[in-house]
Amino acid sequence: MNDWLDPLLLSRWQFGLTTIYHFLFVPITIGMSLTAAVYQTAWYRTGKVHYLQLTRFFGSLFLINFAMGVVTGIVQEFQFGMNWSTYSRFVGDVFGAPLALEGLLAFFLEATFIGLWIFGWDKLPRGMHLATIWVVSIGSILSAYFIIAANAFMQNPVGYELNEARGRAELTDIWALLTNKVALAAFPHTIFASFMVAAGLIITVAAWHLARHQNLVTMRPALKFGLWMMVGSGILTTLSGDQLGLAMVQTQPMKMAAAEALYDTATGADASFSIFTWGTPDGSSELFSIRIPYLLSFLSTHTLTGTVEGINDLQAQYTQLYGPGDYTPVIWITYWAFRWMIGLGLLHVIVAVVGLWLTRKGRMPKNKWIWRAAIWSFPLSLAAMIMGWIFTEMGRQPWIVFSLLKTQDAVSPNVTGLEVLISLIAFTVIYGILAVVEFKLIKRAAQKGPAPAPEPDAESGEIKPLTTVY
Amino acid sequence: MDLPTLWFWIIAGLFIGYFVLDGFDFGVGMSLPFLGRDEADRRVLINTIGPVWDLNETWLIVAGACLFAAFPEWYATLFSGFYLALLLILLALIARGVSFEYRHQRPESQWKSWFDGMIIVGSAVPALLWGVAFANIVQGVPLDEGHNYTGTLIDLLNPYALLGGLTTLLLFFTHGVVFVSLKTTDEMRVRARNLAVRSGLITIVVAALFLIWTAVIAEFAFMYLVLATLAALALIGSWFLNRAGSEGWSFALGAATIAFAVLALFTALFPDVMPASNDPANSLTIANASSSTYTLTVMSWTALVFLPLILAYQGWTYWIFRKRVTRAHIEVAQH
Repeated sequence: MNDWLDPLLLSRWQFGLTTIYHFLFVPITIGMSLTAAVYQTAWYRTGKVHYLQLTRFFGSLFLINFAMGVVTGIVQEFQFGMNWSTYSRFVGDVFGAPLALEGLLAFFLEATFIGLWIFGWDKLPRGMHLATIWVVSIGSILSAYFIIAANAFMQNPVGYELNEARGRAELTDIWALLTNKVALAAFPHTIFASFMVAAGLIITVAAWHLARHQNLVTMRPALKFGLWMMVGSGILTTLSGDQLGLAMVQTQPMKMAAAEALYDTATGADASFSIFTWGTPDGSSELFSIRIPYLLSFLSTHTLTGTVEGINDLQAQYTQLYGPGDYTPVIWITYWAFRWMIGLGLLHVIVAVVGLWLTRKGRMPKNKWIWRAAIWSFPLSLAAMIMGWIFTEMGRQPWIVFSLLKTQDAVSPNVTGLEVLISLIAFTVIYGILAVVEFKLIKRAAQKGPAPAPEPDAESGEIKPLTTVY
Repeated sequence: MDLPTLWFWIIAGLFIGYFVLDGFDFGVGMSLPFLGRDEADRRVLINTIGPVWDLNETWLIVAGACLFAAFPEWYATLFSGFYLALLLILLALIARGVSFEYRHQRPESQWKSWFDGMIIVGSAVPALLWGVAFANIVQGVPLDEGHNYTGTLIDLLNPYALLGGLTTLLLFFTHGVVFVSLKTTDEMRVRARNLAVRSGLITIVVAALFLIWTAVIAEFAFMYLVLATLAALALIGSWFLNRAGSEGWSFALGAATIAFAVLALFTALFPDVMPASNDPANSLTIANASSSTYTLTVMSWTALVFLPLILAYQGWTYWIFRKRVTRAHIEVAQH
């Protein structure tokens, strides 16, 4: 068989690409549905029309991407069976349950109430209509919990038992599965990072308008909101990321070693964190690096004298435990993805703090470079999120379920390389085209700015939002 | 009834939900070239399903996830085996889903007709292929000892399966057109009724052939015959009621047709879930494809608590959007 027609390699590329693509839309849905809910609540409580304008404006940006989130999500669910049937047979008893719970408890809520919210402006009482967007927001957060619990099983399998006779893992404790310590840390980390992405989107859009001195009434408060949201969720992302790091060291020490390209076990000051390494981080040809002593020890154990296991020791350990094989992830990917995630994330918090300082007490910076920099907030916060997922999933390799099943043994045995190549090309082409269309539509809607506030009703003086139709 | 058998019927129920609901979405999508004479018409058609297509499609996601959780072997065999067919369904659902949202983003008629095309094709392809897929499941496909499908895409396109595909295509088309007449007024309502009278006749003939052929496969099992007869009667009743202008009842009987037909197919399958056409020893059955008792117990409690709740809030949503969509309503509203 030709190497480039290897179904394993092609299936991995397909799953990676489609997952990253799907996850471009997920944080926007999670973060922007909350944003719309907060603004609509503000309008409901204060009656100030610019809150209504902002609700409708950010709601419209979120809706353009919502359909994409839904349809690319179906691809994710189908792929477990299509490309990874051996995996599905092996873990379906455990892994299927959180997916089913996600569907029954979260997806139905999201999909039903989003329709009510979009089309219900003139059909529901105001308070009830407000409740629908909160249900959408809660549904999206709930769905994240279940899918992260499913993913956490792949990182740190718990709540199961191996059934030798049927050759599969079976669920024995749903509560253990749902309170997996990796899930408990990864869930807030993902949610707060999603809020950072939404904050990034708000900052980008507001900065674009403010740089042109337009839509000041709506965009000035929007910028403030975005900056505060970025700082708040940035701090919470950092704190939860720290917890996730601890859980990772306990459950997947190899991933932490790979994140740091730490080949030899190190203790205390030697467990240093390299901010930057010039050369190849494979340990053999380091030319130059900036290192913070003790930091890796602190991140891994919360003490300054901790010991962090190195790749070589772990490799030897795993060879004993699981038999001969290579148990190291691709080091340059984990090393750099980890750094870019942290670097871009921290950069955003710093930039947002500076932004709050520059705009304090209604000030508006004149320097156009500040605005130009602010425009990058959205793409870079999205990039940080993607880096995080690349790190956590590539850092799990060579396992598909840590310690239980390797990725190479999980692929569908009867799906040919040619079939996967066809689907990979098809997804790449259609996703590529839709990405261009989607980006142009969001950009256009964002640049158009909020629609003018609707006129109050002549009799009651109340504002009735217009009917929405496709 | 043991838990795996209970879940066999819950899976049937979830697919009934999916086919009844997304079925009329597909029908409305496919009716665009027949009923959408101008832009206002086409917007009326799309807005009949505007608030609900997403929740309807979610039935597929939930059916798929429950299939994965309750019958991992069935899910794995079906999805890997029907790889290219499912790829086509996915691509169609992607194109169709984004089109509803993208279509109204720009005023140019070229832009709109581009997405109209995607809605039409994106509705027709799954409407056809779901029938092909289920007919193949009932008929049986070649499986090896590991329950892996050993055939190709071409093997799936056999005459019986294609007849099954044509049946779902026509059934969903007519179901959707009746839904249009239920949800619109005046001229559109009448045109939809007349179209459903014509397409309904073809549907009845094709569906009858398919049910008879399936009866042969099911070896004329009594329960199958009862359910297939009920499906046929409901379909014929639906046709008469539509012709008489009673859209609501016609639509309800259309939904009943789909429900009885799915139940008939599942009865024909029972107690297999994917019979092997080459060697019965390789068949996937309810017993050897299902999850552990513990998993099914957890799932059963979840379904018991949440399915009634889901049906309640979805029913309420349909109640909120019960009004007919009119051209006037479209013209005054903003995008």
